[in-house]
Amino acid sequence: MSLILLIEQVLNGLQFGVMLFLMAAGLTLIFGVMGLINLAHGSLYMVGAFAAAAVAGLTGSFVLALLASLIAAAAAGALVELLVIRRLYDRDHLDQVLATFALILMFSEGTRWVFGSFPLFLDIPAALAQPVSLPGGILYPAYRLLIIAIGLAIAVGLFQLIARTRIGIQIRAGEADREMIAALGVDISKLYTLVFALGAALAGLAGALVGAIQSVQVGMGEPVLILAFVVIVIGGIGSIKGALVGALLVGLTDTLGGVLLPPLFATFMEASSASSVGSSLASMSIYILMAAVLLYKPTGLFGSTT
Amino acid sequence: MKLKSIILAAGLCAMATGGFAAGHEGGVKVGMITTLSGGGAGLGIDVRDGFMLAAKMAGNDKLEVVIEDDQRKPEIAVQLADKMIQSEKVDVLTGIIWSNLAMAVVPAAVAQGKFYLSPNAGPSQLAGKGCNPLYFNVAWQNDALHEAAGAYASDTGYQNTFILAPNYPAGQDALTGFKRFFKGEPAGEIYTQLGQTDYAAELAQIRASGADSVFFFLPGGMGISFLKQYASSGIDLPVVGPAFSFDQGILQAVGEAALGVKNTSQWSKDLDNAANVEFVAAFEAEYGRLPSLYASQGYDTANLLLSAMGKADVKDADAFRAALAEADFASVRGDFKFGTNQHPVQDYYVREVIKEGDVFTNKVIATSLTDHVDAYAAECSY
Repeated sequence: MSLILLIEQVLNGLQFGVMLFLMAAGLTLIFGVMGLINLAHGSLYMVGAFAAAAVAGLTGSFVLALLASLIAAAAAGALVELLVIRRLYDRDHLDQVLATFALILMFSEGTRWVFGSFPLFLDIPAALAQPVSLPGGILYPAYRLLIIAIGLAIAVGLFQLIARTRIGIQIRAGEADREMIAALGVDISKLYTLVFALGAALAGLAGALVGAIQSVQVGMGEPVLILAFVVIVIGGIGSIKGALVGALLVGLTDTLGGVLLPPLFATFMEASSASSVGSSLASMSIYILMAAVLLYKPTGLFGSTT
Repeated sequence: MKLKSIILAAGLCAMATGGFAAGHEGGVKVGMITTLSGGGAGLGIDVRDGFMLAAKMAGNDKLEVVIEDDQRKPEIAVQLADKMIQSEKVDVLTGIIWSNLAMAVVPAAVAQGKFYLSPNAGPSQLAGKGCNPLYFNVAWQNDALHEAAGAYASDTGYQNTFILAPNYPAGQDALTGFKRFFKGEPAGEIYTQLGQTDYAAELAQIRASGADSVFFFLPGGMGISFLKQYASSGIDLPVVGPAFSFDQGILQAVGEAALGVKNTSQWSKDLDNAANVEFVAAFEAEYGRLPSLYASQGYDTANLLLSAMGKADVKDADAFRAALAEADFASVRGDFKFGTNQHPVQDYYVREVIKEGDVFTNKVIATSLTDHVDAYAAECSY
């Protein structure tokens, strides 16, 4: 395996990681601040992708499509929070899981009614459709570099938001002690709606960015949702820093595992069975990573120890 | 979501073809179990629409169809089959798209004496040792389109094709089928995760492998993702695949990235035979979209059934089976007959993805395999 191929795969792992971070950041905020398990987060990802595909189809503009994904997902998130999620904060996790699972079904079938059963078309802008040459002779798709850049920019923005702004202080306070900040006069229900909409917007943006290189179809959010849960469990629930580190770890493990394990097995096994055993083990690798992290740190890498 | 519609063909349409002799007692009740919701719904909807179009065009009031949605879940498909056999008392089952669902339903259904006509799935188990006199496959054995792709790759002169498929039984069948007819040596062979949507890692391996072409079997959303990413990766190798990733339902979502790709199929909308011309026009008029491979299979399934209904009573299982086995209907694929294991013996074509106006579609450019019998037929004995 050449060095160039390895570097390219590390970039792929990074790109996958920052996408997972966009999903996991919202999920971990919502869980951290409100104590809510939101299975419908994957549906917001899908809403973002469909909104982007619809707007791109109408206007032909990718930037407008990204904006639409943010707005549509945030609006859907706020609406869901006001109508459904609000009633779930005092319930136990089982009720939350049941209710948000019902939301998945409603979102999926609702989307199918509106957009039909066939995948939608959403393509990357022509200017980004070409690979760019990086130092060392690496050819890498421009669009994936853009995804990495957007993801890292959003990570920095989120850290600033949480660490430096008044809302960030309220969010952190909300995580630490819900009753107390309500007693201090912060409008907690408004804060909850805001956090939920923010998380939804990030998921929607991830859906639109990924939808352009993958397929925009009903049910696209659920596989990502599972990975996002793995990320926040590894990173520590409620921690944005944990979500970023966890997402990059999962992205790199998944990508490099898939690339390196089959050839590794091929050194001592017959080619076709090595390929199949290696691939199977590679798809397990992130769960093995999760188990290992939990053995070492039961609350995740950056989880609070209380 | 339960989608249930009982459609009595009576009075639907007055264009009875008159090809059905009167006097056979009773009608045939068909139970269609197919995928109508969730991610794979496009395929099931096409099979259903093709089937119902044929039923409507025939206007045979003895054909009754009950349709249920399996949600792509084996356990639901099994429940529906039990319900259809026990309380709906259907004579014939059909409709299943996915091989794992077919394996869950078909063996039990035929053991209870029901006919099963497969409009799509063709797992090797049911073609070889597990074949059954009551089981007919109207589409293809799963390996067939991949075998045709392998034959085409060799005919074109490709020496070291890079091949990939998802790591599940149909994916393994795909690569086995391709290699069965491919004379060169694959430059690389990758099993991806089922449901994987990001192929950056595989594309980097393809680029580094020095292959002269790429073959992939990635049904549904997986194929859309792969092709879009392939197009922007800068890799410029020719692509060959089975028709599933280049079919009418998903080509519009792939867009320009699919142009020029060669894919193998037993059907194409531009096949020049009277039945196909009529089918394509009628489907477009009825549903306002171009028919897909799956719709053609649903349409042929209904016409096969109608042809047998014209010859025998379904209550007389032996006579009805013999009538089905004759395959005395005008298939939209052209020549069609059943082999000894009641799977199709048919031609496989090579299609190229083109753009007609604003619509992406396929045109036939070559014939890959002629009167092809599947690899498992010899293992089948009743």
